[in-house]
Amino acid sequence: MAQHDYSEITRQGLWKNNPALVQILGLCPLLAVTSTVVNGLALGLATLLTLILSNVTVSLIRHYVSPEIRIPVFVLVIASIVTVIELAMHAYFHELYLILGIFIPLIVTNCSIIARAEAYASKNPVGPAFVDGLMMGIGFAAVLIVLGGMREVLGQGTLFANAHLLLGEMARGFEVIVIEDYRGFLLAILPPGAFIGLGLLIALKNVIDSRQEKRLQTAPAVSTEATAGTA
Amino acid sequence: MVLIRHMLVTALLLGVFAVLGTGMVALTHHNTEERIEQNERDYLQRTLNTLIPPSEYDNVLYEDTITVESRELLGSKKPVVIYRARKNGKPVAAILTPVAPDGYSGNIKLLVAIRHNGEIMGVRVVSHLETPGLGDGIDIAKSDWIKSFNGHSLDNPDELGWRVEKDGGIFDQFTGATISPRAVVKAVYNSLKYYQQHRDEIFGLPEQPQKEPSHGAA
Repeated sequence: MAQHDYSEITRQGLWKNNPALVQILGLCPLLAVTSTVVNGLALGLATLLTLILSNVTVSLIRHYVSPEIRIPVFVLVIASIVTVIELAMHAYFHELYLILGIFIPLIVTNCSIIARAEAYASKNPVGPAFVDGLMMGIGFAAVLIVLGGMREVLGQGTLFANAHLLLGEMARGFEVIVIEDYRGFLLAILPPGAFIGLGLLIALKNVIDSRQEKRLQTAPAVSTEATAGTA
Repeated sequence: MVLIRHMLVTALLLGVFAVLGTGMVALTHHNTEERIEQNERDYLQRTLNTLIPPSEYDNVLYEDTITVESRELLGSKKPVVIYRARKNGKPVAAILTPVAPDGYSGNIKLLVAIRHNGEIMGVRVVSHLETPGLGDGIDIAKSDWIKSFNGHSLDNPDELGWRVEKDGGIFDQFTGATISPRAVVKAVYNSLKYYQQHRDEIFGLPEQPQKEPSHGAA
């Protein structure tokens, strides 16, 4: 293995080892917040920022922290970073904070962050640790956004509602009404909708993976597409 | 000896990280504190202004407050805040912050603005846990139902009218959700009762500024 293969790190974070779809970590905020795209995006960005900062910090201090105290130190680092992000959000994105408020502190409990610190950042130099945090964060955020989109369209027939809370006044017009006069589909907004949606996404990923594997095995030419029943 | 040294160094290191982490948080807190407070005040002010137009009063609404207690009529055993609007020193309206304890799931926190003459200027739900898509129609973000209180007062309609239609009153319920509107109607009616019994007291008591806006977060 090349010492630090950035494209491999990228593939790991975005797809092969995606925190939400493969490691199934950090489900509490993931399931609770993803009722709309904007909520998903906001929590995704906050988590991404936390992952990058914590990975870089952990990587920087990896030579000074003795093994006995590394876990408490990592927890300290992560908790401090999250608290700083929470305060900043409260100060600069107040309305969004009112919506996401209680889930921001919960980023601390997102196991994927300490998992990256322990499994990767504490053993690698700053550069790769940064990329790892970035890619894992993007992988996680992507799932939040896709799941948020699915639930928002199904649940209330819109997309990008409340975008101005995150992106400022000019984003007020971003809201797309996908289905006119939609009565709403309650299940999609309620927590079970999040579980079902995530289940579908994981199933979809597995289908894509298994097809790709088959294609590799059966040589380029013949492709007898498996009729894989999703859901 | 070596072991003890190692333990001391490790403990010291952990201490250093604790101090650094806390320091970082303290620094951020110090730098954002004012802005956060300002945000909360602005938010409260905006919410209160949707109930009483700023042109109708000239005092600082979120500072001119008192706290009262009435478990029976205001739904909470904790003290409840009342905001008082005045113009040229004369009372204009009061905003009560009662709780409807009998929602479908958990407390429904309300703002009820009552004009000095006892007429409702507006009602808003500040926080609730009602079922999305059913009971959450009480929220202004979902429907205009909450505006149906505007202009009503204790004797308009009479006591029998202060119910949802299903119970023989004049206020709509939603399809599939009677409990949430019923709870809100009852809480608004009780607020009016409280107001009628204590009006002079509400405007007469000296100011008791709140340390923290109790209705800030949703």
